[in-house]
Amino acid sequence: MGFLDQFWQLSVDGLMVGSLYAVIALGYTLVYGVLQLINFAHSEVFMLGSFGGLFAARALLPGDGSVPGGAGSIALVAVGLGAGAACGGLAAFTLERVAYRPLRRRAAPRLAYLISAIGASLFAVNLAGKEFGRQNVDLPDLFHNGTVFRLFGAAVSTQTLVIFAVAVAMLVGLDRLVAGTRLGQGIRAVAQDADTAVLMGVNVERIIIVTFVVGGLLAGAGGFLYAMTFNASYSMGFVPGVKAFTAAVLGGIGNVRGAMLGGLLLGLVESYGGYLFQASYKDVIAFGVLVAILMIRPSGLLGERLGRAA
Amino acid sequence: MSARPRTLGASVLLGLLAAVVTGPTGDSDEPLRAAWDSIADVRIVLFLGLAVALWLVLVLGPRLRGLVAAVTAPPRRRLTAATLTMTARRSVAAAGRRGRTVAVGGGLLAVAVVAPLVVSTAAQQSMVNDIGIYALLALGLNVVVGYAGLLDLGYIAFFAIGAYATAYFSSSTAMPWHAPFVLNPFFVFPIALILAALAGVVLGAPTLRLRGDYLAIVTLGFGEIIHLVANNADGITGGARGAFGVPHLSVHLAGVDYAWGIDPLPYYYLLLVIVVGVMVAFGRLERSRIGRSWAAIREDEIAAEATGVATLRMKLLAFALGASVSGFAGVLFASKQFFNPQSFSLQASFFVVAVVIFGGMGSRLGVVVGAVVLQGLAFYLRDKVQPADRYIYFGAVIVVMMIFRPQGLVPSRRRRREIELSEAGVGAADSLGSATPTVVRP
Amino acid sequence: MGAGFGRVFGGLGASSTSGGGVGSAVPGARRPGPGEDAAADLVVEARDLCLRFGGVTSLDGVSLRQRRGEILAVIGPNGAGKTSLFNCLTGAYRPQHGTVTFWPTPDRPAQLVGRRPHAITRLGVARTFQNIRLFPALTALENVQVGIEMRQRYGPLSAVLGLPSARRAERDGVRRALELLDLVGLAHRAHEVAASLPYGEQRRLEIARALGTGPSLLLLDEPAAGTNPAEKRDLAGLIGRIAATGMSVLLIEHDMGLVMSLATSVAVLNFGRVIACGTPAEVQRDPAVIEAYLGVGDDGPDAGGATGKELR
Repeated sequence: MGFLDQFWQLSVDGLMVGSLYAVIALGYTLVYGVLQLINFAHSEVFMLGSFGGLFAARALLPGDGSVPGGAGSIALVAVGLGAGAACGGLAAFTLERVAYRPLRRRAAPRLAYLISAIGASLFAVNLAGKEFGRQNVDLPDLFHNGTVFRLFGAAVSTQTLVIFAVAVAMLVGLDRLVAGTRLGQGIRAVAQDADTAVLMGVNVERIIIVTFVVGGLLAGAGGFLYAMTFNASYSMGFVPGVKAFTAAVLGGIGNVRGAMLGGLLLGLVESYGGYLFQASYKDVIAFGVLVAILMIRPSGLLGERLGRAA
Repeated sequence: MSARPRTLGASVLLGLLAAVVTGPTGDSDEPLRAAWDSIADVRIVLFLGLAVALWLVLVLGPRLRGLVAAVTAPPRRRLTAATLTMTARRSVAAAGRRGRTVAVGGGLLAVAVVAPLVVSTAAQQSMVNDIGIYALLALGLNVVVGYAGLLDLGYIAFFAIGAYATAYFSSSTAMPWHAPFVLNPFFVFPIALILAALAGVVLGAPTLRLRGDYLAIVTLGFGEIIHLVANNADGITGGARGAFGVPHLSVHLAGVDYAWGIDPLPYYYLLLVIVVGVMVAFGRLERSRIGRSWAAIREDEIAAEATGVATLRMKLLAFALGASVSGFAGVLFASKQFFNPQSFSLQASFFVVAVVIFGGMGSRLGVVVGAVVLQGLAFYLRDKVQPADRYIYFGAVIVVMMIFRPQGLVPSRRRRREIELSEAGVGAADSLGSATPTVVRP
Repeated sequence: MGAGFGRVFGGLGASSTSGGGVGSAVPGARRPGPGEDAAADLVVEARDLCLRFGGVTSLDGVSLRQRRGEILAVIGPNGAGKTSLFNCLTGAYRPQHGTVTFWPTPDRPAQLVGRRPHAITRLGVARTFQNIRLFPALTALENVQVGIEMRQRYGPLSAVLGLPSARRAERDGVRRALELLDLVGLAHRAHEVAASLPYGEQRRLEIARALGTGPSLLLLDEPAAGTNPAEKRDLAGLIGRIAATGMSVLLIEHDMGLVMSLATSVAVLNFGRVIACGTPAEVQRDPAVIEAYLGVGDDGPDAGGATGKELR
């Protein structure tokens, strides 16, 4: 079983995970574009969304352990996504209100935002640990998971297909939102020059909160998808969070399409690397990628402009 | 006037949150159960009462403040030319305050000397392992955060390097991997210092060229990697079970034979000497050309560069210096007691950040007080809540401090002035702007 | 219009254009032959500097020479590339093309392009900023100390141990800083926080800080901007005194009165090119300069701005 035999399977898996990184990375990139600020607590938004989606879907599952099918499955996934997104959006909104806005009001130094975010993150992680326990929580199967088709010999399962499809739909939706709507225009305006945007009548406060919430919605829905393949736990946010940040930097932080590209690329690199070295080194590989980009091309593959390259 | 009901709503939400935080522990089978039990309890009366009280204070605050102002100084001043001039006058007066500082310092030192004699052994242990070590760690991180205005989120990794270096050099049994010779832990101090500083340079040199906030995330990843390696490399570090049997510190020199042992007191006094020594040393550093360069970098990096300050090198110096203090503390920690990778978790790094922020970044006395208060809180909470749950409170403390008192409990005068000025739009108070703002390559 | 122009140039009558200026020649371009003698006492020479940002060309082949000890003023409408030129000289920008040679002493030329700003300052090029950039929470004394101390050698260990060398360096630094504060007339403000000083004093403090770095070339970016007439007079006196010590001063200034009274030579920039160079008298007769200032519309507001300042 050489690498080449596994290549397509690794690619399929890598793209699936990568699409999730891309979804989370958008949260970092949007907030960075608008506020020039790494939202350190974004990983906790993801975690809370994940729990929200998981619990909501689980509550609706028939208690007998049977796996629903057809419309039932679709409805469950939809509920999970919705609940995850709602929790993520709410968490992001609260985060912005509590940890960032008071600092923004008095134009605090940037260090203060980072520290405040770390505090919020510490609070959220451990509160979740206290409320939901500190073990991994599994999401029961919501549909019959089987191989749908083969791609160059690689099995593409229903789950992979669902995750990838939903993630890509969200990515495309966001891209349209930023590139083609009035709201997106506002976001881009603030990203380019907040001071001028104010003069032009853009409600910057509103744009900021909307940016946080949109990032939260995506991360929350992404969290549910993540829980579907892996599981949920109070400390689940950290590793995907760092990876999504890596993806954002890889594509060029502040650049929406860059984050998507970065996520998919990182998923692939990690998947191949994990096979070539050892699965337990996946995280180290992702971190290595981060350090390498920072040294070689810190502005990322597509450059850092939310305003322009959205 | 719509602000009043909104403030009430926020206060009530805060009360509910506080009730949930202090309430019973739940699990994933019934995710909302714990939260519901916390709210549907008699205690909720207390919390809602507190919430209403908070609301009243907030609403009546301005009026109350008028009353209070008659008694004490107002808590926050608006920045005007007049206050700026006053600040200036005060800084002139500062020189004359030297004597008072010495008196206060002497008093605090006396308290620190006597305090362990009147508490339980458990508290003494905590005063060494928690307060003493973390005071030292915070003094080191203060150089990075307080002086250079950078953020290091993997600070505990250097602590781990120091601890594992001690296990490697001073014992042939503590870890599977060990040096071919055995050194007295005292000789490991310089080694650990250099190793940690080197690690700091290797990590910082490429990263510090970039935007300052990238340093935060790179150090975060570094901290996690060190933690993972310590935990998983069974054949080298002993993995999750940790390192056993690192010898205690001992002196055999010129007829003096002394060994530190199980008793925490000798370690406490050793730490006290070290902490005071580091405070004095960093005080001198702060008032030297090096401290002034750091201040210049924080306040205006472009101007600092144009004034001939080698900004990159000075930041790297701060980063490496902080790392070496952490490595040094690691040696003390390893020789004091058994340790495993749990001691070097991400949360430990965040905790040191919390100590520095809470105490007052840039203030040596502040960060030591921060260590005393926060670790004191942790010690107080140890029987009352689960150990991991204590981080909920620390997280909340960090956010609250950032909102209401970013300069910390015992602020450094210069740091507070910087924060006030930067919030008024003059200069900056950290080095998180782009790290090389002056070199624009079109 | 003519009267306005006259005021721009410090009240001298609107010139009859003799046409004998240096207008068309690229001033400072290297001329072979005996002109090499003149190179011996140059302090800085920029050759063919080109700087572009995306599609905007900010410097388009600028060449400039300054002799040691002279006050060279660079003037030109807003957006002409004056500050860009400064930023190329001090390492803040890296030009795509061209060289900058600097002679700290006549026999040791150094190439400036590609060096970091602090390294250039160490070589002996100090600057001030158009919008004052002090260390706002440090005292006036400390601000100047930072400049002086960047040449000191003692390291962290000497500072921590309080070694005699470190203490001596510290004392020397304070003494020198006080001397410089005295030179700029701020000795009585030494222990006040920089941000609390009035505007004009902040300008002078910035100059003191720059002098602290021990430069052989001092770059002043619009030192008179925003100062009142009294402050402006003080400033002119100060720059004169500094130049009298043999310091080479490169000055960007909008205030023509100041330029004409201080400068030994003047270079005029417009649209990223040097359009004229010579003595103040030569330059103000130059037709290209007159056109640049009175212009054909697009530079009108800038010239007006300069005039307005002079009127004030």
